[in-house]
Amino acid sequence: MTTLIIFLILLILVVITIQISKVTELSSKIRGEEQSRLQANNRTAVWLVLFMVAFLVLTVASSIYYKDYMLGYGPLKAASEHGALIDGVFNLTLVFTGIVFIITQILLFWYAYKYREKIGRKALFFSHDNTLEYVWTGVPALIMTILVVKGLVVWNDVMADVPVDEEVIEIEATGWQFGWDIRYPGYDNLLGERNYEDIVLGVNPLGQVWTDKKNHDDFIADEIVLPVNKKVRVRITAKDVLHNFYLPHFRVKMDAVPGLPSYFVFTPTVTTEEFKERLYGRPEWDAPYDPADPSIGTKAENFNYELACAELCGKGHYSMRKIVKIVSEEEYEEWLSNQKSYYLSNIRNTANDPNKDALLDVEINSQRRAFFKEFNQAMESDDSSVSLRLKNINFDTGSANLTANSRYELDNLVQIMTDNPEIDVQIEGYTDNIGDPSANQALSNSRAESVMEYLTSHGIDAKKLTAVGFGADNPVASNDTQEGKAENRRIEFKISKK
Amino acid sequence: MAELLNYDEDTLVKEQGYDDHFHDHHHGDRFKSGFIGHYIFSMDHKMIAKQFLITGMFWALIGAAMSIIFRMQLGFPEESMTWIKPLLGKWIVVDPATGIGSLAPEFYYALVTMHGTILVFFVLTAGLSGTFSNLLIPLQLGARDMASPFMNMLSYWFFFLAGAVMFYSLFVSTGPFAGGWTAYPPLSALPQASDGSGPGMTLWLLSLTLFVVSVLLGGINYITTVLNLRTKGMSLWRMPLTIWAFFVTAILGLLSFPVLVSGFLMLMCDRGLGTSFFLSEIFVNGEALPNVGGSPILYQHLFWFLGHPEVYIIILPAMGLVSEVLSVHARKPIFGYKAMVYSIMAIGFLSFIVWAHHMFMSGVNPMISNFFVVFTLIIAVPSAVKVFNWITTLYGGNIRLNTPMLFSIGFVSMFISGGLTGIFLGNSAIDIQMHDTYFVVAHFHIVMGVAAFFGMFAGIYHWFPKMYGRFMNETLGKIHFWGTMIGAYAVFWPMHYIGMAGVPRRYYRFDSFDAFKDFTLMNQFITIAAIVVFAVQVLFVVNFFYSIWYGRKMKTKNPWGATTLEWTTDIEPGHGNWEGNIPSVHRWAYDYGKDGHEFIPQYVPLQEGETDSH
Repeated sequence: MTTLIIFLILLILVVITIQISKVTELSSKIRGEEQSRLQANNRTAVWLVLFMVAFLVLTVASSIYYKDYMLGYGPLKAASEHGALIDGVFNLTLVFTGIVFIITQILLFWYAYKYREKIGRKALFFSHDNTLEYVWTGVPALIMTILVVKGLVVWNDVMADVPVDEEVIEIEATGWQFGWDIRYPGYDNLLGERNYEDIVLGVNPLGQVWTDKKNHDDFIADEIVLPVNKKVRVRITAKDVLHNFYLPHFRVKMDAVPGLPSYFVFTPTVTTEEFKERLYGRPEWDAPYDPADPSIGTKAENFNYELACAELCGKGHYSMRKIVKIVSEEEYEEWLSNQKSYYLSNIRNTANDPNKDALLDVEINSQRRAFFKEFNQAMESDDSSVSLRLKNINFDTGSANLTANSRYELDNLVQIMTDNPEIDVQIEGYTDNIGDPSANQALSNSRAESVMEYLTSHGIDAKKLTAVGFGADNPVASNDTQEGKAENRRIEFKISKK
Repeated sequence: MAELLNYDEDTLVKEQGYDDHFHDHHHGDRFKSGFIGHYIFSMDHKMIAKQFLITGMFWALIGAAMSIIFRMQLGFPEESMTWIKPLLGKWIVVDPATGIGSLAPEFYYALVTMHGTILVFFVLTAGLSGTFSNLLIPLQLGARDMASPFMNMLSYWFFFLAGAVMFYSLFVSTGPFAGGWTAYPPLSALPQASDGSGPGMTLWLLSLTLFVVSVLLGGINYITTVLNLRTKGMSLWRMPLTIWAFFVTAILGLLSFPVLVSGFLMLMCDRGLGTSFFLSEIFVNGEALPNVGGSPILYQHLFWFLGHPEVYIIILPAMGLVSEVLSVHARKPIFGYKAMVYSIMAIGFLSFIVWAHHMFMSGVNPMISNFFVVFTLIIAVPSAVKVFNWITTLYGGNIRLNTPMLFSIGFVSMFISGGLTGIFLGNSAIDIQMHDTYFVVAHFHIVMGVAAFFGMFAGIYHWFPKMYGRFMNETLGKIHFWGTMIGAYAVFWPMHYIGMAGVPRRYYRFDSFDAFKDFTLMNQFITIAAIVVFAVQVLFVVNFFYSIWYGRKMKTKNPWGATTLEWTTDIEPGHGNWEGNIPSVHRWAYDYGKDGHEFIPQYVPLQEGETDSH
């Protein structure tokens, strides 16, 4: 019904306009065609000038009104190192084109007004003028040269890849319908290989090749978290169709192409918190984030950098959002240490793990980090002696022969003793409660000694070491379960600080 | 000298004109004979021009209506669109909880895609260049018809067929193609990735291939006609700028459209035959595809090798029409005729070596972009020359501010506004931020959408008397002009700001991102302005058809006092254009206000002591 009414109103409007126009044409006939044409001409000329004034005033006024949303002005100034350069070229171009825009629009409409048809006016026969034409070929050419040079200097600067020897944080963004997977390289700072044929949704979303050890510490993050003032190289790929990795606040944009990885290098310079500071106190940003729920706070308080898709990729193109957080170096390290390797937490020792029985570098390294972390904490404590467990040491069943993989942990111990000559260490062997207590005592003795032997053979002064066996004493867990027994079969070392 | 110039048109054209023995053959009237021969399968270039124009108008209304529908979704996402459900059916999804009907996202993208395809190809290529190249090339050159009237007829009917296929694709159950008018693979190659890439895309490819056949048949004809069928005395340097523009346009089309078809052909192979031209290492819809080794970027090269000349295929004819209309109604010669011609050629040439400026951010080697930045920004120079020349053409004139003239002035204003933003986008450094944002949407709509439409309107209002022997209504014309001029700026100017804020184009909703959702009011304003502009265009269509039958009659042959040859034909010329001899040409097309004469037509011989201008 409403449709019908709207339609009828429109129809009536059209009919009315046609009738009015017929009437004006008729009346012009009565008044004399020539005269009414000239009158109309005058009127139109005035309208053109009025339009020009209104148009220029509105364009200039609106651009001032919206300047807070523009590049290089207000709070939305680039939050990256190269972004400021881009904003600079933008503003330079804006100055030149702004001048040309205003002058040419004024001349265009002013001439149309000034030289409107009048009785007795003779048009000027002015068909060309070489000097004029040289000038207005030359001046634009000169301006273009300036803009080209300026633009290309910035372009080649911004798009340059990172030199091989330069330190950079490399992360990988993979676009898919409709979202992003952000992969971090983990401790080795190297992204592992991928093969799109290995992709299994929910199991191996990126098709990482698990035999490549660079993959073992890679993790997939929910958000992009980056430290401020550190150079970042984003490796950009796509799984299915074209996407575009677009960080508006950082002036970063690059297509994600399946089969052809691209990259973008940038250095964020403003942390999320610092960016919020810019927004506080501005009415448009102090407005509630969600008018329906004021408890959430203002837009400024809820500000986040965002990753968007800027290449049409299908029906969900408009929704590929990821939050980007720029944090201080310490916060970044903290965040990194809380991330879990995708491989270790989802693949390791499952049916999909091709490395089931091997001890992986990533595990050795993580044991090493855990070892040093524990050691450092012990050293910082006020106690004069602290007992620590050597967690990853194993012996052949019933013997004191160290297994091959035990050497990694022992090497860690060698290193701390070398690095910290002021400490003495007592190696303590323990067993579970199975079997004859005296046999257990002997076994714990010989196991402690075999550890000590390893250490002395690696250059540690025997005077700094003692080896003691405690048999089944001092259990750390219940001997009623298999797990508890395993816990109790252990080597500890007691550090005595001087 | 003024009083010496005394000529009689009939004597000069009919008796001293060039006798091509046209009437010895008695074939002139065959095409007037039946309704079908005259109106449908016509070989008369004037009728074919009208066919192109009216078909173009049909498509323009459809394309514009689509934009209104998706603009309503963008401007008023919370308003119910159930009222349009009778037309769109399942593409309006009604939320069972609230009863609010909104556009299905896949259909939003289909509408955006179809809007672009239709406007770029069917309206601004066929409707603009097809119409005026057909109408004016033979008439202004003094030719009886195109070099091959039969091919010319085929050109229209291939266009019609292309349109029929595209129209059909709107109704397939999986929806029309929805991957953007540029149809980038892999999205366009994989039905698994988007419903629209199924049968809709097959039809899209078929339709555009037919369309290219149409463009090529037309283009060969235009070029041949310009080179071979000029009347006696019509040297290249005496051709009106319209003809120069159509000529260069046709060359651009002939060189670039085949490349597009080659890209389409490979895409068809990838879709149907399992080849891997554009596909590599794709995992889509839970399945890894066997294709490896292809490059999606290759398609972009092939597409934009046409795509960029295409924007000049659209804008050059408009420039030609505007140059002519400005000169006639300012009663002054076009300023710097030769510079204008060289500019057209320079723009035409440069248009072939700038295509990758659409691909700065597509993952091509950044080094390559250096060259494309340089060539792209060089285009600003001939474009600037043209703008300055148009403005200087107004300087010192005696300007009739009628509707065609107003649209020409509007064209120049739009071309300045939209051209200047091109200087931002052509600079790859700025393009990093601006690429695929609303800034781009604002830029190309103003410079090749609105401006090209303004050129087309100027041409329609100016040559309507030649087409139908009647004038269009001036009052409605002025309402049309002011509505479009103010409305188009109201639609597209704010988009610059949205783009500078970083909002990407082709978003179905803006509220999924904090950074993009702050422009609700501006989006509503744009949508309302778009509806007003659309209504004004409906008024134009009404005026057009009303004037065909009821417009003010043209009483003299040359109502505008123009110098060119089309105004020497009868008020309603038959097939063959001139009864008797063809006028022969003695001077350039822009002797307005020379030696005290208001205008001197091209068929008037040079007076003693007078030199040919330009």
